[in-house]
Amino acid sequence: MALATRTARGGRPERPPPTPVRLWRSTIGKKTVMAVSGALMLLYLVFHMLGNLKVFFGPDDMNGYAHWLRTVGEPVLHHEWFLWLARVGLLAAVVAHGVAAYQLSRRDIAARPVGYRHRRARTSYATRTMRWGGVILALFVVWHLLDLTTGHVNPNGEAGRPYENVVATFSTWYGNAIYGVAMVAVGLHVRHGFFSAAQTLGAGSVGRDRALRLTADALALVLTLGFLAVPIGVTTGIVE
Amino acid sequence: MNGTPFAEDPFARTPSAYTDYRVGEPVVDTKAPEGPIEERWARRRFEARLVNPANRRAHTVIVVGTGLAGGAAGATLAEQGYRVLQFCYQDSPRRAHSIAAQGGINAAKNYRNDGDSVRRLFYDTVKGGDFRARESNVHRLAEVSVEIIDQCVAQGVPFAREYGGLLDTRSFGGVQVSRTFYARGQTGQQLLLGAYQALSRGIAAGSVEMHPRTEMLDLVVVEGRARGIVARDLVTGRIDTYLADAVVLATGGYGNVFHLSTNAKNSNATAIWRAHRRGALFANPCFTQIHPTCVPRSGDHQSKLTLMSESLRNDGRIWVPRERGDTRAPADIPEDERDYYLERMYPSFGNLVPRDIASRAAKNVCDEGRGVGPGGQGVYLDFADALARLGRETVEARYGNLFEMYQRITDEDPYRVPMRIYPAIHYTMGGLWVDYDLATTVPGLFAIGEANFSDHGANRLGASALMQGLADGYFVLPATLADFLARHPHDEVPRDHPAVTDAVSEVTDRLYLLLSNNGDRSPESFHRELGQLLWDACGMSRSETGLRKALERIPELRAEFWRRVRVPGSGKSLNQSLEKANRVADYLELAELMCLDALHRAESCGGHFREESQTPEGEAARRDEEFTYAAAWEFTGPGNAPVLHREALEFSHVHPTQRSYA
Amino acid sequence: MKITLRIWRQSGPEDRGAMRTYELDGVTPEMSFLEMLDTLNEELIGNGEEPVAFDHDCREGICGACGMVINGEPHGPDRTTTCQLHMRHFDDGATVDVEPWRAAAFPVVKDLVVDRSAFDRVIGSGGYITAPTGSAPEAHATPVAKAAADTAFENAECIGCGACVAACPNGSAMLFTAAKVTHLNTLPQGAPERESRVLDMVETMDAEGFGGCTNTGMCTSVCPKGIPLASISTMNREYLRALRKG
Repeated sequence: MALATRTARGGRPERPPPTPVRLWRSTIGKKTVMAVSGALMLLYLVFHMLGNLKVFFGPDDMNGYAHWLRTVGEPVLHHEWFLWLARVGLLAAVVAHGVAAYQLSRRDIAARPVGYRHRRARTSYATRTMRWGGVILALFVVWHLLDLTTGHVNPNGEAGRPYENVVATFSTWYGNAIYGVAMVAVGLHVRHGFFSAAQTLGAGSVGRDRALRLTADALALVLTLGFLAVPIGVTTGIVE
Repeated sequence: MNGTPFAEDPFARTPSAYTDYRVGEPVVDTKAPEGPIEERWARRRFEARLVNPANRRAHTVIVVGTGLAGGAAGATLAEQGYRVLQFCYQDSPRRAHSIAAQGGINAAKNYRNDGDSVRRLFYDTVKGGDFRARESNVHRLAEVSVEIIDQCVAQGVPFAREYGGLLDTRSFGGVQVSRTFYARGQTGQQLLLGAYQALSRGIAAGSVEMHPRTEMLDLVVVEGRARGIVARDLVTGRIDTYLADAVVLATGGYGNVFHLSTNAKNSNATAIWRAHRRGALFANPCFTQIHPTCVPRSGDHQSKLTLMSESLRNDGRIWVPRERGDTRAPADIPEDERDYYLERMYPSFGNLVPRDIASRAAKNVCDEGRGVGPGGQGVYLDFADALARLGRETVEARYGNLFEMYQRITDEDPYRVPMRIYPAIHYTMGGLWVDYDLATTVPGLFAIGEANFSDHGANRLGASALMQGLADGYFVLPATLADFLARHPHDEVPRDHPAVTDAVSEVTDRLYLLLSNNGDRSPESFHRELGQLLWDACGMSRSETGLRKALERIPELRAEFWRRVRVPGSGKSLNQSLEKANRVADYLELAELMCLDALHRAESCGGHFREESQTPEGEAARRDEEFTYAAAWEFTGPGNAPVLHREALEFSHVHPTQRSYA
Repeated sequence: MKITLRIWRQSGPEDRGAMRTYELDGVTPEMSFLEMLDTLNEELIGNGEEPVAFDHDCREGICGACGMVINGEPHGPDRTTTCQLHMRHFDDGATVDVEPWRAAAFPVVKDLVVDRSAFDRVIGSGGYITAPTGSAPEAHATPVAKAAADTAFENAECIGCGACVAACPNGSAMLFTAAKVTHLNTLPQGAPERESRVLDMVETMDAEGFGGCTNTGMCTSVCPKGIPLASISTMNREYLRALRKG
């Protein structure tokens, strides 16, 4: 029970490890990695959602937009380079986010090895579902890529014709179901994730707490509704 | 009086009517230098021998307790380079009971330019102590007070500040200058955390070896010198001996002997009592302070009493029904059937009379059968007038947190129903006798903070306890201890020295006795009974008959304790009943000495009120001719009559006057 | 009142421990929760059984010694310390579950007593301002803006009870550590050690086996002293700032 009377820090430790190592080793550092990668993905989601809404302007608009994405940056960038840069960046963000989340989760679970007999759920639903929500989203992304990027599991699966592929996906019951669940998960994940990232990056303060929470709620709602608008449009026949 | 024993016994004319004790040689403080009082501390520090910085590591000092005095001392000694072994019974040094002090800390900074000075703080403290403290010590305390504030601010103690960024002060406890620094109602907490953090730094650096959850159970005295302690690891039950060059006790007061007090539940007297049994004189044990504004007890289950800041009396009016046995709700009692007794008896001071007077008056009206609340042990503290005059908002701003605390405990809303308050034991001015160097009569044993008989005489002023604890710990002890260590070279004590093994076996025998007794009463039940007995006989008001009766009853109760106490479990693991029983065993001895001291001091002074010694108006009457001394008691064996050693007190700077508040 | 108590009993660190049920009669609404346990313990001692061990000391809500999880909530249903919780918050005939703080960094010592010394080590690694006794400048040499003084005070109020760790699903000590970092880093006196303080304290906090913060806010919702969640954000900011400065 006695306190450790001699810790490693009799004087200052010899030489602190390099900053990135120190960052990655600490819980706050890993959370920072999650916050930054999460913010990148969130930014991507906002643009993705706006692009998706082009579906309401008809096949030409949508397919034209998809084509434009491949030509962004020309002539400085080669054809599709921008797209691939973005994909590499996103992949890095996903990997960093996932690895950090995995390591932190293991740590967190180890820090509370014995639970309480008297259980009561007191944290919010969004907070409690961060881990499994994240796993669901990761699985969804795999399906989503096979469906609408590579076309492997798409009923239509025609390259260069995203409008038609989208309509095909949302004409199936399972397409709607998978997508619907995932978009609710996105909303919940963003709702807690945005606030959490702001806290982690040091943006929180007593006066700002409420504003941050409201922003997170609004962002989550807009993203979920924006993304859900597409399958709803297809199902109701507004988009065909 | 430097070193010279009294030429003739100045107490020869004092009647020693009691047969319960013997009078021994006077005890003399030989350490305070002569000369102008302002220069004594500087002279003492100059005359003190120093320990070479390179040699300090070779000296081990034991500090028991981690409150303001102990925490500050441990941190400072470690900074100076000594090897410190520190102990506390709590699970962390941060939890010592200094943390519960609310009001503030006095310092003669005179930031307000309102006429304060070291001299005035000195004067107020001597007078407030009802002329039963040592002038040299009190003056040093006042001098050092200014350094304490500097030290604490540098440590990051978040004192209250004004908009200009400077420290705020307030007037406290009826003094006329604003010299009390505070951190909302949590001054003790903030000061303690400052000391704790400094101590933690020492622990992390390896210069302090911290033993939390470890309780000192005896003092090891080898060839007349304190050389260590026997302590029990409260978790594993292991009894260990720790040896050192000097032992410092900073274990606080003994108010818990009364069972119900504002002390923490586990605050106890074992360390100082064991030291007393090993030869340290115990001074003025009957000087206890009672705080008038505590939440009254609500039933037999009551485990402790909660203090409410004295500041409430600034705006609250104290009253009881005029007629005894009036059980109407307060709102139903018309104005002319209420007795605002403090305002009636003390028209000029009214509700703001000093703590002891307010407490006694409350006891008197309750004894008359006019008390309110459960058991009639309470008086009203009514804010109706203040609410009407100032409005709820102002009252809330001043006392909101106190009202909330009161409501949490009693479930009554003080904005609507008058508060009920009753006095409770709060602080003990008595303690181990120490000289100017804070050294006890056992060489190598020092006592600091509330554990010594200290600088407060017979009554302590508000916001002075924190000041004294930190003065002793940060500034006084580190200087005087060095002198002792430099003057007293020593040899290593072998662990198998008979003095060491005897102390260990005494401790283990006692614990074994407690565990194997297999009686039928819990330690708590004895504590409760003793507390009630002591509160009645040696509480707010003391009389010869009551004290004599208590002196008869206490030995009986003690015998019954050893016959009937029951302690379940084993000594080999955490056993809180065992801890309790061991403490109660010491209370049962200490209580007797308190009553004897109260009986022998046939005068009223400060917190000690003898019914036989009153002015015609019923106020405390000092008898300076006979009692201008500190009573230092020597232990002569359990149940044996102790020996009284008197230390004559001289007042050459502050002239004794009788207090009057009418 | 009659209360059915289900209390975690564990004789020592090695024991597996289990919930045990006790019926307690004669509870009054004025009793504090700890006084109710005192009453139970008196009964147990009377029956020759070992009383329930629990940490407690000041019993006025400031020392931070007491703390148990009551019906799944650290310190129980009233946002205060366990010693300041009163039985009037429970119904006659209620069943009350009492468990120790649960966290890897707070191993159970016995029954409801846990070892919180990890907190002391976090403080020891940087939760102080180096100001050796005697070296202090005059107190008014450095004025402190009232806002900074108030923030420092608000965070310095932490009593180190550990309810934040007990409430956190990750057993995280972020609120505790953040309170001290915010207290000292807000003050000008704390500036010279501003970077090393936060880096070292976070490192120790991690090494002690506390979990990370997922911003659930459970800590602040049970904190008897109301340390705000924003303090964690302040510590994160201080940490990243310190890392940038190397």
